[in-house]
Amino acid sequence: MTTTQTAPAIVPDFGDDSEVRKICFICSKGNLDMAYPALIMANGALNEGVEVDIFFTFWGMDMLNKGTWNDLQFSMLGNTAMHMPGSTKHLPQGLGGLPGMTGFATHMLKKQIGDLDVPEIPEFLEMLHEMGARLWACQLSVDMMGLTKDDLYEGVEDIINVGEFVELSEGAQTLFI
Amino acid sequence: MSLATIGSHEVHVDDEGFMTDYDEWSEELGKTLANNIGIDMSDQHWTAVRFLRDDFKVEGETPTLRRVSTVGGVSTKELFQLFPKKPAKKMAYIAGLPKPAGCV
Repeated sequence: MTTTQTAPAIVPDFGDDSEVRKICFICSKGNLDMAYPALIMANGALNEGVEVDIFFTFWGMDMLNKGTWNDLQFSMLGNTAMHMPGSTKHLPQGLGGLPGMTGFATHMLKKQIGDLDVPEIPEFLEMLHEMGARLWACQLSVDMMGLTKDDLYEGVEDIINVGEFVELSEGAQTLFI
Repeated sequence: MSLATIGSHEVHVDDEGFMTDYDEWSEELGKTLANNIGIDMSDQHWTAVRFLRDDFKVEGETPTLRRVSTVGGVSTKELFQLFPKKPAKKMAYIAGLPKPAGCV
């Protein structure tokens, strides 16, 4: 009679002994549909044990500015891929110019992404900050927009210039969004 | 999916070593799985892992970190301290569940 020995289960490799990977995201857009992808990817990277730095510049500052961060908009103008949920028929661009259409499109996007349990921008930044992401504001953009650190989300590490960002992103993969 | 032993138990696992049969898991196995990846289970660890198990049973999918935080009541920051680097996957492994499929 023979007996079959079952092998011990393999242990997944969670990369604990691997060199730390680092990704820098540059957020340059203040449109709602450009804010979400950056934050979602940053969240995914943090989930994978990657070190994350996010540098907010130009209109991306609207994501950090407490006066605007909860009011980012989504316009269908210039977005030729725009179609209604569940339909493949593209909407005429002219519709986007009608009064109230940007508000409607923004509401729809927030609802659709909210249904997937994706938080709104302020809560999302708070979550990323808790997960260990370091958030940086661009000095030039702060000056250009007449802002101070008090106008920005409290979790921001600092206001830094491009040179400092280039230094801290050394060795990282950098994504410009 | 194949049969393998964890501790003294014979269970079904996938190619990466994650358990695939919800009912084959026990807290004793969870403790062994945690030890396999260098985690010593405390009460806080168990709060998170038990939430994963209960939520999976209801929802049919492994909760994401956000859900563990907003519904399970363990903050994201704490989850990173309890299960360093890759909390979502490590918790799923210990809880004998598939890796979470959601992005956020």
